[in-house]
Amino acid sequence: MSETPVDTSKRTWLIASSCVGAVGGVAVAVPFVSTFSPSERAKAAGAAVEVDISAIKPGEKLTVEWRGKPVWIIRRTPEQLEALKNVETQLADPESKRKPSELTPEYARNQGRSIKPEFFVGVGICSHLGCSPSDKFQMGPQPSLPDDWQGGFLCPCHGSTFDMAGRVYKNKPAPDNLEIPPHMYLSDARLLIGEDTKA
Amino acid sequence: MAEFKEISADAPMSEKALTWIDNRFPLSKLYKEHLSEYYAPKNFNFFYFFGVLSLLVLVIQILTGIFLVMHYKPDAAMAFASVEYIMRDVPWGWLIRYMHSTGASAFFVVVYLHMFRGLIYGSFRKPRELVWLFGCAIFLALMGEAFMGYLLPWGQMSYWGAQVIVNLFSAIPFIGPDLALLIRGDYVVGDATLNRFFAFHVIAVPLVLLGLVVAHIIALHEVGSNNPDGVEIKAHKDSLGRPLDGIPFHPYYTVHDIMGVTGFLLVFCAIIFFAPEFGGYFLEYNNFIPADPLKTPAHIAPVWYFTPYYSMLRAITGEMMYALIACVLAAAYLGATRAKISNTLKGVVIGAAVVGVALMLAIDAKFWGVVVMGGAVVILFFLPWLDRCAVKSIRYRPDWHVYLYAIFVVNFFVLGYLGMQPPSSIGERVSQVGSLYYFGFFLLMPWWSTLGETKPVPDRVNFVAH
Repeated sequence: MSETPVDTSKRTWLIASSCVGAVGGVAVAVPFVSTFSPSERAKAAGAAVEVDISAIKPGEKLTVEWRGKPVWIIRRTPEQLEALKNVETQLADPESKRKPSELTPEYARNQGRSIKPEFFVGVGICSHLGCSPSDKFQMGPQPSLPDDWQGGFLCPCHGSTFDMAGRVYKNKPAPDNLEIPPHMYLSDARLLIGEDTKA
Repeated sequence: MAEFKEISADAPMSEKALTWIDNRFPLSKLYKEHLSEYYAPKNFNFFYFFGVLSLLVLVIQILTGIFLVMHYKPDAAMAFASVEYIMRDVPWGWLIRYMHSTGASAFFVVVYLHMFRGLIYGSFRKPRELVWLFGCAIFLALMGEAFMGYLLPWGQMSYWGAQVIVNLFSAIPFIGPDLALLIRGDYVVGDATLNRFFAFHVIAVPLVLLGLVVAHIIALHEVGSNNPDGVEIKAHKDSLGRPLDGIPFHPYYTVHDIMGVTGFLLVFCAIIFFAPEFGGYFLEYNNFIPADPLKTPAHIAPVWYFTPYYSMLRAITGEMMYALIACVLAAAYLGATRAKISNTLKGVVIGAAVVGVALMLAIDAKFWGVVVMGGAVVILFFLPWLDRCAVKSIRYRPDWHVYLYAIFVVNFFVLGYLGMQPPSSIGERVSQVGSLYYFGFFLLMPWWSTLGETKPVPDRVNFVAH
């Protein structure tokens, strides 16, 4: 083989055609990879959800599904609202300043992260790895929680804790507060999750 | 290319048939190269059963998998019920399903022991680096296969386990969220995710696995097996060029392995028939509850074989980042002052450390948790170049090396145990120390493996005939 001289013109054509072939190969990959992205049907799903909140008693939680995710509606008691003030120093982002456009709509950038102080509406998906935190509304010492626990949520997956406004505690795996979905009140009893055209 | 072989017309039928084939396909050649004339060291011990057992479990998984697919429905609305249908209504379906689910755990048991064997006897060392690399790739593919298979029963643990692991990818800066979306095929784990994981689990990954297994064995048979003494048997050959300490794989090790296979099947069947859930370790109790996207079970943990890595993921908190930054700075300082490298390279080391620390401060601990978990597997690939001990086998290493290996094993078990437990502050600290030991063991290996007095390595393998 080595004795045969290299035909440079042939070699140039070989390289050129290989390059063209490679480009073609990559181009063929595009439709295949594209099939991985959400289908039109998946994109179309995700309409707003209307909820009747008149039956929720203070201290109770209602979970509804919106875009396949759990959305919590909690009617907070006065003690729970009081506790929101006490825990502020222990929180990572008490004023909802991180990623406000994604996590907290303008009308919820307050201490209770809600339109009405009493009602908390939030997506129950931990900002760490997407588990749904468990309710730990009872105050005081209990397993996996600090002794001065003021009520809130504990993520069972990696132990992140949140207060009653879905604000994350410092030094926990979860970096951000729970997401507040766009929402608005159609009347005192009717809540619309997924739309906030009024705001 | 072999010459065309003629055979006399009086030869027996069988010989004629073999010659006919051999003239068209290298059947006898393959048989000789990989079985009857593949010389394996005669001093193999207990740990050498696990290679052949891995192959056995692979066959069990493929066979049972084919039959499960005949009854399973990869549809979020039907998947859970179809698994229960296999368990209750398909004749003997429960047995096939338990063989497959127990096989998954058995696969990791034998593969971990197989890897441990390679680690202690230096089977990854020159010239077997590629055997080790193919093996590591098999391990990685196996982890993917196990993870995607676990989603299919569509129970609570399937669903939330997949949710957590897919969200790991969204921690990657910039491309993360889009990548997670591409993996799920929906905004949440759903039917699209289940369908594609099914495709990967039953077609794509098994094909890759089979290819890698073939490459692993071809590479092994090219260089020859290592042995507990870590000496090369090819250094001493008889007049016919056969290693003096080698014996043909067939019939010696094929017969020998029957014993290992029997022992394995005894345990395997005992688990299938008497404890298929294995106390919640092989089949988690929460996975008998259908997936509920609105509620995470009170305690979620991966299946036991992933828990050491899961512990390391959980260990990376905001506080732990400072410890990691200190490690990077210490490493850069040592590199710049002690290492025998050129000044330009030292500049590169310092520059890399500065950039590294800046990134560690800028990006969430969550992302670094993912990096640590991935790194814990990827670091195995580098083992052939990290170990610089003068001898291969642990038998001839300084005694304190043995203790380091022993602590490594205990540490791996402790991390595995903690990964199954609910998060706790003590557990977090222990797993942080454990993660540092795991990485320290490998990253400092180029240094510590050269220290200490090695024992004299024998010329020939140690072997006492029975």
